[in-house]
Amino acid sequence: MPLFRDEEYLKVDFDEKQEKDEALWVKCKSCGKLIFKKKLQENNHICPNCGAYFFLTAKERIKTLIDTESFVDETKRIESDDPLEFTDLKTYKERLEEAQKETEMFDSIIVGKGEVDEHPLVIAVMDFRFIGGSMGSVVGEQIASGIELAAEEELPFVLISSSGGARMQEGLLSLMQMVKTTSTREILTEKQLPFISVMTYPTTAGVEASIASLGDITLAEKGALIGFAGRKVIEETIGEELPANFQSSDFAYEQGIVDAVVDRDNLRSELAKVLEFF
Amino acid sequence: MSEKKTLEELENQIEQLKQLNSKNGLDLSDEIDKLSDKLTERQKSAKEKLDEWDIVKLARHPDRPDARAYIDALTEDFYPLHGDRLLGDDKALTGGLAKYDGRTVIVIAQSKGGNASESQETNFGMMKSEGYRKAQRLMALAEKFDFPILSLIDTPGAYPGKEAEENNIGGMIAQSISRMITIKVPTIAAVIGEGGSGGAVAIGVADRVVMLENSIYSVISPEGCAAILWNDRENADEAARALKLTAGHAEELGVVDEVIEEGPGAHKEFGTAAENLDKSLKKNLSELSDLNEKELIEARRKKYREMGSYRRATR
Repeated sequence: MPLFRDEEYLKVDFDEKQEKDEALWVKCKSCGKLIFKKKLQENNHICPNCGAYFFLTAKERIKTLIDTESFVDETKRIESDDPLEFTDLKTYKERLEEAQKETEMFDSIIVGKGEVDEHPLVIAVMDFRFIGGSMGSVVGEQIASGIELAAEEELPFVLISSSGGARMQEGLLSLMQMVKTTSTREILTEKQLPFISVMTYPTTAGVEASIASLGDITLAEKGALIGFAGRKVIEETIGEELPANFQSSDFAYEQGIVDAVVDRDNLRSELAKVLEFF
Repeated sequence: MSEKKTLEELENQIEQLKQLNSKNGLDLSDEIDKLSDKLTERQKSAKEKLDEWDIVKLARHPDRPDARAYIDALTEDFYPLHGDRLLGDDKALTGGLAKYDGRTVIVIAQSKGGNASESQETNFGMMKSEGYRKAQRLMALAEKFDFPILSLIDTPGAYPGKEAEENNIGGMIAQSISRMITIKVPTIAAVIGEGGSGGAVAIGVADRVVMLENSIYSVISPEGCAAILWNDRENADEAARALKLTAGHAEELGVVDEVIEEGPGAHKEFGTAAENLDKSLKKNLSELSDLNEKELIEARRKKYREMGSYRRATR
């Protein structure tokens, strides 16, 4: 079962046995209970005790959504070339290397073809572990080429966002990825192909203010954070405390920003239900 | 003597000579030319010494002309339009019809306000959801009548407010970007002060993007960047240098087509900046007018499709 078409594409290891996870148990940050890791995985990374959602890596997300063995990785084999030679307390190069090591990804996104309950699609999934899931030139390019692939093969395009926004370390070029992704999306409109945007925790700033907000249909995963400006910045600006549910998935639904709030367990069937219409 | 003093001294000398020249009928033009050359030379080298943080300060200089000053100086018969027809009128966005270079254009401009009370009124150029809706309304008007769009950018960023979030400001920015991608008329955007992040790019997608030399364009404010990456806003100067947010860098990155010289600086002398911007806008507008709808949109989309910088993965 070749998961990957050829060597041009990034290898993402989906074989359970090879996952080099030392710890068998994890602690739930919400209820404090120790959970058997296998159990957590089987439960869609939701705490079996209190129902809190654990972060999903892009890989884990694909596993929870895409039919077994239908996934073909189409992520372009590219990485950032650090166009600004950016340095803060650390060099951007170091940050990239660390993130690549931790995630075994080239950048914060995986793009591929697959099926959701037998509905074929192109899916792009962001990974928050990689520099906050931020969108720089590589992510912009992966989304753009994912959209082009969907257009070429006349498939729906699904974006699962998990991103703090544009990647500061690539400066203005990151800002331009908002335009690049938005501009490329036009092909889906021209070809009458559905674009479904799924906002998860977090979908904010530059990603929220561009491609993620332009879905034909927009779903929010329960517990998602959805908004443009950061809570702290707003509180400082207006000089008052914001309600606890501000910018939550329920808030976004109340405000008419998303079409539905979906439990993680139901996301797969919800996507299938929506795709059925097209 | 400081460089600033030297420059002022030279300026004074030239001024005095010019007065003598006209009063006494003496021919001092050679002297004046020599000193003027020297002044230009010194100004040039002083400019080269400015770092990114100096430029941030110039871009935000209180005497830096507001967008409305450019509208008044460059266009005729400006007729402002108000409101987004739903939420209200966002005064951070000045927009409307104007005559420019013999034709009707739509102007979309962020204005920080020319003085304290104006700035209060315009919310320092920080647009809200209704502002981005208003911009889109103006874009639709431009498209219907084939009027080119002139967009002037000067904002610290979109307004970080409670109502703005309730009114889906991120979505409004996204829609504005999307609208500017598909619009069938020529578009030119000019960064005249601060090009602050998503709030700026929402009205900054254009066939030609130009930037005044003492303006900045950035993914995040230097203060915001410093707070996140240095854990301290005080490192804003370092962040500004790291972000390479000046016009020259923006041109190198392929985001900006042209850097407009300001002479002594728009905060000191408005005339040169306005005149140079005018020349650039006219030139670009005339070039774009030769293209048909299809060519315009194709070129625009190709430009943005190619934006970015990456390499083949090394491992």
